[in-house]
Amino acid sequence: MKEPDGSMGIGTATYWIFAKELRTELRTRELLHTTLVFVLLVVVLFSFTFEPTREESRRYGPGLLWLALLFAGSLMLQPSFVREQNNDTLSALRLAPIAPFSIFLGKALASFVFLTVAELLLLPVFAALYDVTILPVLGEILVVLALGTAGMVTTGTVFAAIGAQARMRELLLPLLLLPLLVPVLIASVTATASLLVQEPAMDWTAMKFLIGFDVIYLAASALLFEYLLED
Amino acid sequence: MSAESITAATAGPAPADTTSVGLHLERVSKRYGLLYALREVSLQIRAGEFVLLLGPNGCGKTTLLRVAARLCQPTSGQVVWEGTAPGVPESARTIGYLGHQTLLYDELTGAENLRFFARLYGIESESLLNEWLQATELWPRRNDLVRTYSRGMRQRLSIARALLHNPALILLDEPTTGLDQNGLAWLGRTLARLKQQGKTIVVSTHSREALAELATRCVTLAAGTVVDDAAPHPSAPQ
Amino acid sequence: MPRSGTSRSGLVGTLAVAALMAIAGYAIFFLAPTERTMGEIQRIFYFHVASAWTAFLAFFIVFVANLSYLVRRRQVWDQLAVSAAEVGLAFCTVVLLTGPIWAKPVWGIWWTWDARLTSTFVLWLLYVSYLLLRSLVEDPARRAVTSAVFGIFAFLDVPIVYMSIRWWRTQHPAPVIAGGEGSGLDPTMWWVLLVSLTAMVALLVLLLRQRFRLEQLRSELEELRLRLSTNPGNRF
Repeated sequence: MKEPDGSMGIGTATYWIFAKELRTELRTRELLHTTLVFVLLVVVLFSFTFEPTREESRRYGPGLLWLALLFAGSLMLQPSFVREQNNDTLSALRLAPIAPFSIFLGKALASFVFLTVAELLLLPVFAALYDVTILPVLGEILVVLALGTAGMVTTGTVFAAIGAQARMRELLLPLLLLPLLVPVLIASVTATASLLVQEPAMDWTAMKFLIGFDVIYLAASALLFEYLLED
Repeated sequence: MSAESITAATAGPAPADTTSVGLHLERVSKRYGLLYALREVSLQIRAGEFVLLLGPNGCGKTTLLRVAARLCQPTSGQVVWEGTAPGVPESARTIGYLGHQTLLYDELTGAENLRFFARLYGIESESLLNEWLQATELWPRRNDLVRTYSRGMRQRLSIARALLHNPALILLDEPTTGLDQNGLAWLGRTLARLKQQGKTIVVSTHSREALAELATRCVTLAAGTVVDDAAPHPSAPQ
Repeated sequence: MPRSGTSRSGLVGTLAVAALMAIAGYAIFFLAPTERTMGEIQRIFYFHVASAWTAFLAFFIVFVANLSYLVRRRQVWDQLAVSAAEVGLAFCTVVLLTGPIWAKPVWGIWWTWDARLTSTFVLWLLYVSYLLLRSLVEDPARRAVTSAVFGIFAFLDVPIVYMSIRWWRTQHPAPVIAGGEGSGLDPTMWWVLLVSLTAMVALLVLLLRQRFRLEQLRSELEELRLRLSTNPGNRF
């Protein structure tokens, strides 16, 4: 549990921060509720922009779903550091003998869980509204969702820490995050689309690509996150 | 508030470890944009000293404490904690910092706040937390959200959070804020005991009276520089 | 400070770059052969491609400066980063403007979502965000650190964006120059492209130098204002 120098193991610290985030969110459910309503709105509003017949929804559905998730994610991730600023709790975290990266990991994991819960609740609604069959490929879709969400959450948590230090911090995160997530959008949409056609197949190139994206940015976060905590 | 009234039972749990460290600031400056919050401040605080940091609002007390806690990087100059190797995580354990803000989570209960921070310091003992909750007289409200606490209750909880890991260097920014007579007396008893244990204590306050009889030294800041550094009451008995 | 000396060398540099640009312009319009199928409009290629490569070079400088700042913490690296980002963005804008001018007569459309165009557009957006972020963080040290981290993240994204678009969005007409197997460039064209590229890189160096000096003057000014604004009574 403890490192030889007396500081806490990164896993333990990550767990406590993750648990704290979860407890706070379960109490307020602010993020979950706003994300759910937001994505539902987008999914419904999109249907007015074209005739959501079966064929068209097959073509546009995956893109629509992922765009909604991307926007929702960039809204949901911003508070993760702004919340720590309200009472300057970030200072308390920085004073504690824990690895700075565990703050990142705890928050990123918590955001991952929140977004995944939102996705799980939205998936059946999306399938019903756009008349796509997801049950036979549910497992595969969940894998795609997990990998795409991981990419969103990794970069989003770092950018939330950046955005929290700027003016207009409530608006900044989507502007920083969305251009960076273009590859995640493309790969996730491609992979989802290939699962929703007549003969579904797993797009392994897209999977490897998403894994690559996640790994690259997780490594970059591990190296660079610490700098963002300085004052 | 007299020395006789101090009892360990009401002042908070008494730890066995009484490590103390000194604090050395060497020509420390801190700039925010065009403003100097601190300008070439040099201050040698020996282990076991109780320093009262005085001065009007905006004179740099808060910045000095944040720099001393290594929460903010000085623009120039050095901060040395005597007796610890700088930079290693262990040294973080030696700091007990009470900030301008509460450093508490509004959406957690009092008990949850203390437990969370205790865990980050590797403290598993529930009885220690309970002792702190009783000492701060927050025990009956321990399962209420901090959001519902009064200013004074938050302040007492903040002080408990700052001290529960038995820090060797204690930096308190305006600890008297929001405290009523009882709270002030409790704070006085707690600090007196920590002083007896030989902890190094730096307390900022804009009112000299509240903690003056405990202090061994008064440092006055004005516009980011030290303008006075003397014993608190030259005539008063120490 | 010997300002007269620096302005003289600046003048020489400006004249040299102007001469290079003139030579490149002459080469483009009078020496380069007219492309068989596309005609005169193809001459924009020399501006377009040279600007693109120069923009990438500028963004690479931003990346190196971002890394160096985080390691060394010297203000000059931050100054270099913002200078290179602004100049690179200017070249990138040239690429995005000359692209459609070229595409309209040749492909019949202003824009196509092909890999190069789209990833250049995303690149442009990323560095616009970079400058936007800088404008929104007030404290200079924080601005330098946060934008350095963002800059590194953005630069890492460039090859990933390119690959993703290339793999999955390849509905594009193959790149006209040096795209397929047999589309080799005429030797004269290569030569003219090289001259144009040299001129563009020289322009980059010139602009970067001026912008960097401006940034240094700006922080010098800030320093002087600081000294003036502080109350003399509070000095040591």
